[in-house]
Amino acid sequence: MPADRVVSPLPVAKAPPGPFVAFFRDFSENRAALVGLILLSLLVFVAVFANFIAPYSPYEQFREFTRIPPAWVEGGNSAFLLGTDEIGRDMLSRLIFGARLSLFIGLSVVVASMAVGIVLGLIAAFAPGWPSIVIMRAMDVILSVPSLLLAIVIVAIIGPSLTNTIIAITVVYLPYYVRLVRASAMQEKTRDYVTAARVGGAGTLRIMFKTVLPNCMAPIIVQAALTISNAILEAAALGFLGLGAQPPSPEWGAMLASAREFLQSAPWIVTTPGVAILITVLSINLVGDGLRDALDPKMRRS
Amino acid sequence: MPLLEINDLTVDFKTGSGQFRAVDGVSLSVDRGEILAIVGESGSGKSVAMLAVMGLLPWTATVSAKTLSFDGRDLLTLTPRERRKLVGKDMAMIFQEPMSSLNPCFTVGYQIGESLKVHLGLSKSERRKRSIELLEAVGIPDPERRLSAFPHQLSGGMSQRVMIAIALACRPKLIIADEPTTALDVTIQAQILELLVSLQRETDTGLVLITHDMGVVAETAERVSVHYAGQKIEEQPVGPLFADPHHPYTAALLAALPERATGKRLPSIPGVVPGQFDRPPACLFEPRCRFATDRCRTKVPPRQGAIAGFALCHYPLTHGRPIGHPHPEGREVAA
Amino acid sequence: MNAPIVLEASKLARFYSVHRGAFKPAATIKALAEASFTLEAGKTLAVVGESGCGKSTLARLVTMIEEPSEGRLVIGDTDIVTADKAALKRLRSEVQIVFQNPYGSLNPRQKILDALAEPLIINRKEMSAADRKAAVLDMLKRVGLRPEHANRYPHMFSGGQRQRIAIARALMLSPKILVLDEPVSALDVSVQAQVLNLLVELQESLGLSYLFISHGLSVVRHMADEILVMYLGRVVERAPREKLFEQPLHPYTQALLSATPMADPERQRERIRLKGELPSPFNPPRGCAFHPRCPLAFDKCRVDRPELTWHGETEVACWAVERDARVA
Repeated sequence: MPADRVVSPLPVAKAPPGPFVAFFRDFSENRAALVGLILLSLLVFVAVFANFIAPYSPYEQFREFTRIPPAWVEGGNSAFLLGTDEIGRDMLSRLIFGARLSLFIGLSVVVASMAVGIVLGLIAAFAPGWPSIVIMRAMDVILSVPSLLLAIVIVAIIGPSLTNTIIAITVVYLPYYVRLVRASAMQEKTRDYVTAARVGGAGTLRIMFKTVLPNCMAPIIVQAALTISNAILEAAALGFLGLGAQPPSPEWGAMLASAREFLQSAPWIVTTPGVAILITVLSINLVGDGLRDALDPKMRRS
Repeated sequence: MPLLEINDLTVDFKTGSGQFRAVDGVSLSVDRGEILAIVGESGSGKSVAMLAVMGLLPWTATVSAKTLSFDGRDLLTLTPRERRKLVGKDMAMIFQEPMSSLNPCFTVGYQIGESLKVHLGLSKSERRKRSIELLEAVGIPDPERRLSAFPHQLSGGMSQRVMIAIALACRPKLIIADEPTTALDVTIQAQILELLVSLQRETDTGLVLITHDMGVVAETAERVSVHYAGQKIEEQPVGPLFADPHHPYTAALLAALPERATGKRLPSIPGVVPGQFDRPPACLFEPRCRFATDRCRTKVPPRQGAIAGFALCHYPLTHGRPIGHPHPEGREVAA
Repeated sequence: MNAPIVLEASKLARFYSVHRGAFKPAATIKALAEASFTLEAGKTLAVVGESGCGKSTLARLVTMIEEPSEGRLVIGDTDIVTADKAALKRLRSEVQIVFQNPYGSLNPRQKILDALAEPLIINRKEMSAADRKAAVLDMLKRVGLRPEHANRYPHMFSGGQRQRIAIARALMLSPKILVLDEPVSALDVSVQAQVLNLLVELQESLGLSYLFISHGLSVVRHMADEILVMYLGRVVERAPREKLFEQPLHPYTQALLSATPMADPERQRERIRLKGELPSPFNPPRGCAFHPRCPLAFDKCRVDRPELTWHGETEVACWAVERDARVA
């Protein structure tokens, strides 16, 4: 018999990582997503504490300081870091309060279309026959109209305002959620654990919302993250067309529209809201991509 | 010289939570015209070892071995290009899921012809002739018509026959069959196993049969290698293995089969196969073994000789009794 | 018959109509036809057959996931076809099911405690939360799991442990009948023995009746008291366990027995080779469904379908058996 080998000291047994740790590990593997998350957290912080961070009120007009360029440009004034607009309002303060508006619009659209979409999608998945047909064909109709055009039509009917912008964009994004929820619910409901719940006496409502829905959430969350940015863009577009938030509200799209004519003489009034939109949309998209990588089981490594 | 020789093969996987050793120092050899069965439960690394031989592991795997040679060629130093020439021609593999192993977009004839074209360079009419021959050999009725069939038009058993035909297309020297009948019905399973064995006899190829089913092993294999948690723990010819298993795991596994049961209670093995995070320090079977002692917990077990079935154990069994054990009646008596 | 009968099926059938493409008429598949059997209290009735034989359909009928197209199904003393809503609700908690795949049968987003408590929340509304938790912990102990397992999610368990959890959930409503749909075929041999032992223990201590569905005969031989062999939606042989294994009458049963691999390399035997594949359920053969693969088939088998008839303790549907019995 060969001589016994002595065991090297055993490395301390690690516990398998918990679900949240595993999620964050997968998420932070995507560097770009991490950068996006940092940017987005900054934006959210700024939006939430706008009252304390912004140097001035977004509506206050400094008549003697109209169209002051940003501080680092010649002729700039250190009191107005990003300069002032055509009627002497501080650009930085307006952008900060605008962030609040834009994120609010994005979030409300997502929450509203997700909530309605989940209900309609689950009904379509669990009620075969006419309810399913009516819901899905209605969604097909919404999808067949160009999204911005549809939003314009809806706002034109119910009148331009911030709330109505949100309603219009919600309708535009509804079909994506309904289709997504229906598809994943149809797939989940054939699984054995759903049958087991049914044998255990669970009714259809319970199975829809308590058994099936939690298992469909991952793709819905990813979709939500990606919709926020689109909703912000769409709201800015409506604002630019004068159908969204009305002046003097510091909505980024509306700011762009009112500054249009100064593009040559005072380019900062136009570019700064544009850059703000770009950064916001980009950071949300990066986070959305990271979420998809971490949550989508098909992309997940062993 | 054996057809396939594996010496001290180790495969590590990089996972999100550290290294995972799937195959741990496995040595095997297969000769021409021989049927070797590799048995083990899930997590025993039986499939991974053979995928490593074929060079089919993903990039997260690190393969190391003292020797890995096939038909006199060293697989470790082969370039990927040379390896591709070998795999599918001299070494063929049959997988568990016949339905998903065939490409649904192409006809049966095209898929058989593909490897004939790549490896043997046959012309179109030669390929057709050989494909019909092959389908006939694997017992598919009306082969000429079947050449233009798509995989979804075939049943599970038929698909597995086609897979075997593809594996045999280039007259390989070695066939590796990974659970070839697990997805099939019992009566179809019997047909496929019989077919595999008779084709192997006719063509004098080596056959490695990877399975978890002791029944399949008993009825087809000549030599059996038993694997547990990535290690080879015993190797014997099939008759002696079932009559007198030397490793406590093999003995317990055989005793746990319902068909060998004497009473209503089955002598089950407590616990589960160790995973990445609860690997025992010395003998991997120790936490579940009824003969385990302190020695098993602290010292890596030695590899026994041929008489004791190459068992990886401090106290190999002979007719159910552990040799050299302080309390040969088992843990219960010792305690 | 000494033990009381808990389940009685007579001429039970289930048809599905399947649309095959836009231009073909809908076809009817007889997934199950004329299944008659009884299950006694505390006994195990096994249903054996290959894919497409109707065994899973039978499980869905008995657990009332689907309604039978024809025939009677009596659970306890209530016919489920004529029962009112309240009676049905009561019956539903008397029959529970354990599925084959332990990875698909537990809700991945539900803690074990919640999964086990759910049937109680639905069916025993008067029960307090503390009582429910106590009942769950008690049941976990019963199936060999520890109380701290209650707050974990299914992905933290191995296949064998998940199957224990699935069994525990099925037992929460104290059913009389448990339908076991291939409960161990997805498990490793060593774990399979643990789960089989658990099932035997539970049957003895709780007096459960099992409807044990399986494609493998070795597990059935260990568990069953009586066995139904099915082929293409019909029962072809029904016999007590000993009889079936010692003296199988139907040629399909004989083929199944001879095809099942046995862990005994010394065993010498004559294999009964079955020709061909299982026929398509869309287009079942005329006469006896087994005749295209049957080694004993003769003219009558191709025209007339044999009915189940008694031969000693065995019921079998085969013309060849009947002819031999007449000659003898």
